[in-house]
Amino acid sequence: MSVSVSIRNIAKDFGRYPALKGVSLDVAPGELVALLGPSGSGKTTLLRTVAGLEFQDHGEVFFGDINADELTLRERRIGFMFQHYALFKHMTVMDNIAFGLRARPRGTRPTEIQIRSRVLDLLALVQLDGLEARYPAQLSGGQRQRVALARALAIEPRVLLLDEPFGALDAKVRKDLRRWLRELHAKTGHTTLFVTHDQDEAFELADRIAILNQGMIEQVGTPAEILSHPSSPFVSDFIADVSITAVKNPNLTWLRNKGKVTTAA
Amino acid sequence: MADYAFISGVKARNEIGESKIIRRVLIGCAIAFLSAVLLFPLVIVFTEGLRKGITFFLNGFTDPDTLAAVRLTLLVAAIAVPFNIVFGVAASWAVTKFNFKGKNLLLTLIDLPFSISPVISGLVYVLLFGAQGWLGPWLRAHHIEIIFAVPGIVLATVFVTFPFVARELIPLMQAQGTAEEEAALTLGASGWHTFFNVTLPNIKWALLYGVLLCNARAMGEFGAVSVVSGHIRGLTDTMPLHIEILYNEYNFAAAFAVASLLAGLALITLILKSLLEWRYAEQLAASKRH
Repeated sequence: MSVSVSIRNIAKDFGRYPALKGVSLDVAPGELVALLGPSGSGKTTLLRTVAGLEFQDHGEVFFGDINADELTLRERRIGFMFQHYALFKHMTVMDNIAFGLRARPRGTRPTEIQIRSRVLDLLALVQLDGLEARYPAQLSGGQRQRVALARALAIEPRVLLLDEPFGALDAKVRKDLRRWLRELHAKTGHTTLFVTHDQDEAFELADRIAILNQGMIEQVGTPAEILSHPSSPFVSDFIADVSITAVKNPNLTWLRNKGKVTTAA
Repeated sequence: MADYAFISGVKARNEIGESKIIRRVLIGCAIAFLSAVLLFPLVIVFTEGLRKGITFFLNGFTDPDTLAAVRLTLLVAAIAVPFNIVFGVAASWAVTKFNFKGKNLLLTLIDLPFSISPVISGLVYVLLFGAQGWLGPWLRAHHIEIIFAVPGIVLATVFVTFPFVARELIPLMQAQGTAEEEAALTLGASGWHTFFNVTLPNIKWALLYGVLLCNARAMGEFGAVSVVSGHIRGLTDTMPLHIEILYNEYNFAAAFAVASLLAGLALITLILKSLLEWRYAEQLAASKRH
């Protein structure tokens, strides 16, 4: 079910302004990788290119051994979660999540009974049982995010791509949802790429982090590797806050529990 | 305590914004102006139309030329409005969902019928398709009649009413962005499926409003149609043109009778819109939130 993603030398520019200057990144099946960088670093462009929402000028994206360029957007089967979720506001939660299944061509479309039971399963998975008749406007920010995730999961995606998954939420909800997303990933095991500008988010959630700056990857590594051996002045500067809290704050058990902090304490 | 009461008294007035007198004066001005400029003339149209009694009013519509004018107006609206729905939606889609060179030019072109006099739009078609026009000889050789015939009237109406749908949709679609469409596409929906199930429901109220305005104008257009019509009674006279002819013939009662019918058609359009808004108020509120 999970598949590897291989990004090979992707370059892209918008007019005269280069957004990506030859980015390569390999993501193993089932891995959770963060694309971390300041705004304008090209991380969202990279994510959208993998999704097929932008077209690269050079380079290729592979899902397993399939070249993504040979797939239409529809054949890519990408679970993409948008920054502001982009829920269909005129549809109920049920219809939102069922959208991808109902949009399938007649031959491969499940029956309405199958679709309903699949949606109810997904709602249970994202802990929103009983909310299927609500409209997006009647949900809280955190609930909307989970509906968006359920909608993306409904099409049994090859890969999950999350654009600033916690960007539109307040601080308290963010922390709870981070933990929840980590658990969900452990359960479903989708290869997942997510974009963030929040260092803590990347370091808490990701198996590996790719740090982007001005359209290039500065460093790829596990949180522990990056904390202990930042590869450039930019990286050490950018993760400065994380490093300090990791060393000073004895409560950061998440790092130690995962064995990701080797130098701390 | 006394201080508190005083402060809250002041606050209660400020919450509403202005003092009672100013509010009443402003509302009074607005109502007086609307009555004088809009309501009063409308009432006059109906009273003048009915002045000689209801039988005379109804007799006005048994006149074959009047009936032909009503039929032609409805026919022209029935062609021009669907045409402008399709092209208005297509233009709005192009302008708001894609980036391309010449986008600003397209936006300016959409506004053109608003900014130039309808008479000029009519004249353009005469110069193009008229007997002495660029395409005149070719059209005559192929026995195609455009000017002084129904096709010319339809063309002029389409031209004049083009901006109504597009102008309603473009600001809304710009505000909505493309995220929902992108979401639909990544979920595997085809372009048509996305349009009918995601885009259309999001724009349906603006579209309806645009269509109603477009329809009202299509039925009421005078200037451009007047130039291309040729005023052939019973053949190329639309309702507004017919009203003018009757009026110029000092047939005031008949002129006002047809005028009240035309005004009635416009009122029906507005009532229809209000009814739909009332019937779907809940949905409307839900789609505007968030």
